[in-house]
Amino acid sequence: MEFSNLIFYAFSIVLLFSGVMVVTSRNPVHAVLFLVLAFCTAGAIWMLLHAEFLAIAIVVVYVGAVMVLFLFVVMLLDINIDRLREGFWRYLPLGLLVAVLVVFQMAVVLRGDYFQLESLAPPTAPAANASNTQELARELFTHYAYPFELASMILLVAMVAAVMLTLRRRENSRFNNPVDQVRVKRADRVRMVSMPTERDEPAAPADAGDAPPAEPK
Amino acid sequence: MEFQIPNFAPAAAEIFVAAMALVLLMVAAFARPGGGRCAAFWVSQITLLVAAVLSLPVDWSAGVWEALSNSEGGFAMWLLSWLASGKVTFTFGLSFLSDPLGGMLKSLVCLAVMAVLLYGRRYLNDRKLETPEYYVVAICATLGMLVLISASSLLTIYMGLELLSLSSYALVAADRDNPRATEAAMKYFVLGALASGLLLYGISMVYGATGTLDIIEVARGLYEQQVNRTVLLFGLVFVVAGIAFKLGVVPFHMWIPDVYHGAPTSVTLLISTAPKLAAFAMAFRLLALGMWDLAPQWQKMLMIAAVASIVLGNLAAIAQTNLKRMLAYSGISHMGFMLLGLMAAKGSPHDLFNAYASSLFYVVIYVLTTLASFGILLMMSREGFEAENIDDFRGLNRRNSWWAAMMAIVMLSTAGLPFFVGFFSKFFVLQAVLSAGHLPLAVLAVLMSLVGAFFYLRIVKVMYFDEPTDDTPVRASRGFGLVLSSNVLAVAVLGIMPGWLMNFCVLILRSSFG
Repeated sequence: MEFSNLIFYAFSIVLLFSGVMVVTSRNPVHAVLFLVLAFCTAGAIWMLLHAEFLAIAIVVVYVGAVMVLFLFVVMLLDINIDRLREGFWRYLPLGLLVAVLVVFQMAVVLRGDYFQLESLAPPTAPAANASNTQELARELFTHYAYPFELASMILLVAMVAAVMLTLRRRENSRFNNPVDQVRVKRADRVRMVSMPTERDEPAAPADAGDAPPAEPK
Repeated sequence: MEFQIPNFAPAAAEIFVAAMALVLLMVAAFARPGGGRCAAFWVSQITLLVAAVLSLPVDWSAGVWEALSNSEGGFAMWLLSWLASGKVTFTFGLSFLSDPLGGMLKSLVCLAVMAVLLYGRRYLNDRKLETPEYYVVAICATLGMLVLISASSLLTIYMGLELLSLSSYALVAADRDNPRATEAAMKYFVLGALASGLLLYGISMVYGATGTLDIIEVARGLYEQQVNRTVLLFGLVFVVAGIAFKLGVVPFHMWIPDVYHGAPTSVTLLISTAPKLAAFAMAFRLLALGMWDLAPQWQKMLMIAAVASIVLGNLAAIAQTNLKRMLAYSGISHMGFMLLGLMAAKGSPHDLFNAYASSLFYVVIYVLTTLASFGILLMMSREGFEAENIDDFRGLNRRNSWWAAMMAIVMLSTAGLPFFVGFFSKFFVLQAVLSAGHLPLAVLAVLMSLVGAFFYLRIVKVMYFDEPTDDTPVRASRGFGLVLSSNVLAVAVLGIMPGWLMNFCVLILRSSFG
């Protein structure tokens, strides 16, 4: 057995183990951390397949961005895990039975030899200086440009839908409109008052001081 | 391989709709809070109208007037053959197919969504659900359908399907304060994700067996016997399951009644009409085009699904008191009927085209009548009142005899009574089933249609012979009433002369695969 095979099996075992732990661990934070482990090992397996870009992308995008966000959500929200798990043990035997049956049926139909892997030519090894990222980009932006654009539309719909379903305008919340703040002119804030210059005058009647000052023009 | 800039002209409708979806988003963003609804409505209507014209399967380069003067058989025949004169072209590699069948379905989808948005407008407005975002998402759903119809690669099929499904989930949940709507959206989302997973698994098997994602290449590999048939068959099972979910046929029908019932009626109208056309195209492209050499296998699967849907749909609909649920079960049985047509395709090219054309005819008529029936439900609803129970139709004839007559036409047509168009659509399918030699199937389908006639006729009875329980006048705005009436009258007129639409369906299929 080659050394790379050994690595593959080691990573696969870790991947499967962490996948199972994601579903079964009691603490949601642990589940998220196991998911991070699963993504990292999946990235390592991709690296073994010479898919460097995907390997980096899964770590940067999923682990770095998505999972961190996920962790925030899990920690900030008070998720009652026991209520989520209600019925887990009750439905587990039925679910397991169905899963085993499906796997058994699929195994009967597809006993390894049907794929005739040996009849396929082994993939040619990439040149030492081949750039995986460059190749991927070339394919993505030429031959697969149409599905690529469609994928961007799907993400856009997801974003619009998320905003549509969660944005609530509160009627009585107070806020400053930044547009109005920026557009404010000097005239809105400063009022020039022209007052008659003060002169020394003979003492006014006592009640004059109490009278309200005249409204400036 | 040197890359060439693809020809964008065949995809003009998709590109236009995508661009206009972004324009609509800008309208939504820059409108006053709570405003912009009217602008969004009209922008989406114009978008759909232009897209319908752009996707017409017409050969614009042909000299129209010379062809008209040379044509034989009069103006009607000329018009039909002109409307089916589009060319079959591929673009974006082999992943985009533009052919008369796709063009016709795309035009119909755009027109159907136009009607949906028009019918649903007042309903949404009454419930404070009419926002510019609603139109943005509806237009994106339309884009998904267009992509799905013209897709000829497994990848683009999946992309179109996801765009359509994701938009539909969001629309079902649009009434977010209504627990029934959110429950429906949740069910739809979870089951839809499962179905997408099944389809994707099947697609991966097909890819594993053939080494290509292009449907044409899959078909060629099968024809030249270069592929691993066992793996392909294994994938086919999952692909059929994915299609069955999208069409909503037994045993993948569980979501239909709950989603149709829970969603706002205007959204029910959207997901019960136009996507069926897209799902028909998807089934046709995947099965009839890509895996024709496996037809004996998938036809058996479709047969089981069709028979189960017709039986379950008709029997379960009897017990419903909610009209939306009843129409949902009736939709399940209608999709079963449509599959009968697809399943009966065998024998000579003439029989083959007839079987596919009967299926196409069926789905077009189904969409037309469903638009009308949910349209009338939407018209009867008003602020704070949801017309969705059969009892709400009691004595409609006293309240408004015109709309009672319209509803009666729609119900009689859906039931398949002779000389309404529903009768002819069932008749053509049964004809195809018989010529494929499935006599017991045809007998069963007729028997079940008779059972189904009960619950459609019950509505007619309730409208004409029962006392009204509610005296609120039934009113529709002028535009709404006009379009809805002409929709129903189209059902009536097509019942008098179904021949030309059937001829057109055959013509479309012939020019797509001639």
